[in-house]
Amino acid sequence: MSVIYLLLGISIIVAIIFFIAFIVSVRSGQYDDSYTPSVRMLFDDELVKESSTLRGTKQTVKSDKKSQSKQIDCSATLAIENKKSIQLNKSLNN
Amino acid sequence: MNKNNCYHCGEDCSVTPIHFDEKIFCCNGCKTVYDIFSSNNLSYYYDLQAAAGASPKVVQGKYDFLDDAAIIERLVAFNDEHLQIVNLYIPHIHCSSCIWVLENLNKLIPSISTSQVDFPKKTIRIHYNPEKTSLKEVVILLTHIGYEPYISLDDFDNKKKDVDRSLLYKLGIAGFAFGNVMFLSFPEYFDLSSSKASGGEYWLNQYEGVFRWLMFTFSLPVVFYAGIGYFTSAYKGLRSKILNIDVPIALGIIVLFVRSTSEIIFDWGPGFFDSLTGLIFFLLLGKFFQQKTYSFLSFERDYKSYFPIAVTRILENRKEETTQVHNVKRGDRLLIRNEELIPVDGILINGNANIDYSFVTGESEAVHKNSGDKIFAGGKQLRGAIEMEALKSVSQSYLTQLWSNSVFQDDKSSKFQTLTDSIGKRFTIFVLTVAFSASIFWTFYDPSKVLNVFTAVLIIACPCAIALASPFTLGNMLRIFGKKKFYLKDTQTIEQLAQIDTAIFDKTGTITTAKKSIATYEGLELTKEEEALLKNTLRASNHPLSRSLYELLAEQDIVTLDEYEEHLGKGIEGSIDESNIKVGSANFVGKIASDDAKNTAVHISTNDMYKGCFVFKNQYREGVAEVFKEMSETLQLAILSGDNEGEKERLEALLPKLTPLYFNQKPPDKLEFIKSLQNNGKKVMMVGDGLNDAGALAQSNVGIAISENVTIFSPACDGILDATKFKELCSYILASKKAIKIIKWSFVLSLMYNVVGLYFAVTGQLEPVIAAILMPLSSISIVVFTTIATNILGKKLR
Repeated sequence: MSVIYLLLGISIIVAIIFFIAFIVSVRSGQYDDSYTPSVRMLFDDELVKESSTLRGTKQTVKSDKKSQSKQIDCSATLAIENKKSIQLNKSLNN
Repeated sequence: MNKNNCYHCGEDCSVTPIHFDEKIFCCNGCKTVYDIFSSNNLSYYYDLQAAAGASPKVVQGKYDFLDDAAIIERLVAFNDEHLQIVNLYIPHIHCSSCIWVLENLNKLIPSISTSQVDFPKKTIRIHYNPEKTSLKEVVILLTHIGYEPYISLDDFDNKKKDVDRSLLYKLGIAGFAFGNVMFLSFPEYFDLSSSKASGGEYWLNQYEGVFRWLMFTFSLPVVFYAGIGYFTSAYKGLRSKILNIDVPIALGIIVLFVRSTSEIIFDWGPGFFDSLTGLIFFLLLGKFFQQKTYSFLSFERDYKSYFPIAVTRILENRKEETTQVHNVKRGDRLLIRNEELIPVDGILINGNANIDYSFVTGESEAVHKNSGDKIFAGGKQLRGAIEMEALKSVSQSYLTQLWSNSVFQDDKSSKFQTLTDSIGKRFTIFVLTVAFSASIFWTFYDPSKVLNVFTAVLIIACPCAIALASPFTLGNMLRIFGKKKFYLKDTQTIEQLAQIDTAIFDKTGTITTAKKSIATYEGLELTKEEEALLKNTLRASNHPLSRSLYELLAEQDIVTLDEYEEHLGKGIEGSIDESNIKVGSANFVGKIASDDAKNTAVHISTNDMYKGCFVFKNQYREGVAEVFKEMSETLQLAILSGDNEGEKERLEALLPKLTPLYFNQKPPDKLEFIKSLQNNGKKVMMVGDGLNDAGALAQSNVGIAISENVTIFSPACDGILDATKFKELCSYILASKKAIKIIKWSFVLSLMYNVVGLYFAVTGQLEPVIAAILMPLSSISIVVFTTIATNILGKKLR
């Protein structure tokens, strides 16, 4: 029956590991600003997309002005991104 | 988006927009920012949010002081040969675009390694290599893209403050221990470990000592670290002979701990470790909830937050040098550039001084000064540079001296007894009476149970729910007010606000707006030609009154004047063809002895014949009359103005009859006025705006600052009200009164729980499981009740 010592020991060790993780995260300032990271994490994906879209737009302008369909595509994706960002900003303003 | 609005900042582009890259811009500044962003692959900025920018204001030489190594040393958070870290406060940060562009600063200056925005605080932390760039370059870049950092004397004097995270640690420890103790007491809850004879589980019974001592170990850090604040607060209260709410709490904690420990030592029972850790966890949770702070606002500002770090001093050989404001001595010659603040009292030597005292007095109209006039610290020079001679040092100036008054050293909160504390006193007496009378009863009936009953009463009566009612109600109220743009310093301010019976208002800038002014024309009517001539003459003048009058007059065709002359300190003169116009002071236009010197007026004469004058009047905020009418029903009102009596009649017409009006009140007078009211037993609310109200705001029970732009200019106060919400002020006061009522109702509710608990305690049948159910149940129902009630209250507010 002394297996209960083992079980208790394991459960307490796991709890203490999480507790230490909490203390470390508070110490490193993760709880000081609980808001900005929630906005920041939404940028990264769009940032990658954006830079490619942007290059795309520039190339179309340089190479041929007739290929406007491509530009329309670009502006469509941008419009979608716009919508996302409007939602984002709504949440910011609340 | 409107077609005629600037692509960068969203302002109306007026008549002459600038076209660039198929977009329109209101000014060259905005166009430049767009150009910088688009040429650096940062135009995603505009996709995130349309028109998020601000048009940059760049003033030559404004940041020259950042060349000074001593100043840099004070401003940066970390300084090393290869790395400097600086935290800058940028008031313009307001949307996701701002975060995005500011965190991509390294695309503009590659030597910036990282930049991180703290959105709630509106600050940015920039890491850069000082060998390749400098703080000045970084700040100028930020200014160029419309994110001008706000650097004031306060940044210079304040040494870096450490963030206090102890409450988070305590909460973490209490939560951690609470969860684990609950988990360890499950065998007890299911009664599995009761004696073998009554059918208890054999193997759990065998190990109950392990479980109990583990619970004891977990409770140690909770009592001696997380709960330590309650002991010190109760001790402080007792030493100053006050029975505050922490006294019964501390008593409850001690009794819980001692009784539980002795129970497990002598093997009487499992103890109340679950209730003990739970109690402290819930109490800390309440504290955490109450601690809502508006980190982007500051309620403790003194003049240092407004004053610049450095000024330009002119040496005897006419050389300019940048010097720290603290080093300015009497007799120094200072150069005040466009848009710079005058740091000390002095005499104007030369230059065209138009000084805006709006954040000293709230007066929106700039004041014109002539060489030789005395100018006071706190004014902002508009248009052009001036040279002045300092008469005093910074700390001795007329305005800054106000801060040496003792009200600024006093801590208002220590004197105020909160509702919870006043209840706590009666509650402690009640609980002790019950505990002792129950023990006396049991002494005669069954002496073996005396100790059990006595401790059980103290345990169950521990006023957890009472202590939670106020933090949760007021904390939630604080958030609701914050959403309505009424920012309060702490929850105590709501309690104080509910108690006020007198409200004192400042006039200029508080009940008048700083943005608009209106002028009425008195005199002979002007012909069409004369009006056109007037407008064209005003166009050439830079005098603040001419500018405001120019804005107010109807559009006229632009005509080039044949002659134009500006007479400093008197007025302006212009002529087209045969007609000639003089605009300016009464004497200048040939009107003898002005009878109405109290109002600001611009007099006009054409062809040497006096026509009339434009009288400038204050524009009152929307709904002033209604606010005063509503408030006069429950409160005593008065107006304290630093101005002359020029507006007296208009105010009397606007406000409820017999509202006392006091004019020509200097800042110390305002403070004394409030003090004398308080000495007569009044609870005073002061509503003001400028630095000249700072003394009165600090002295009053509740000082509310009205601000057009909450992030920048507001003196030290208890609350900041956005100017657009001025008309709601009365409903906010009523709401805080209702919030106090909610607290009183939740006291009744929690007392009911206590009565039930006391029944078990007094009859000597308090089992740990009853305590473990009652305590969280009462706490949670109080939290639910107050949250719902305050949210209903908040829905009614606008």
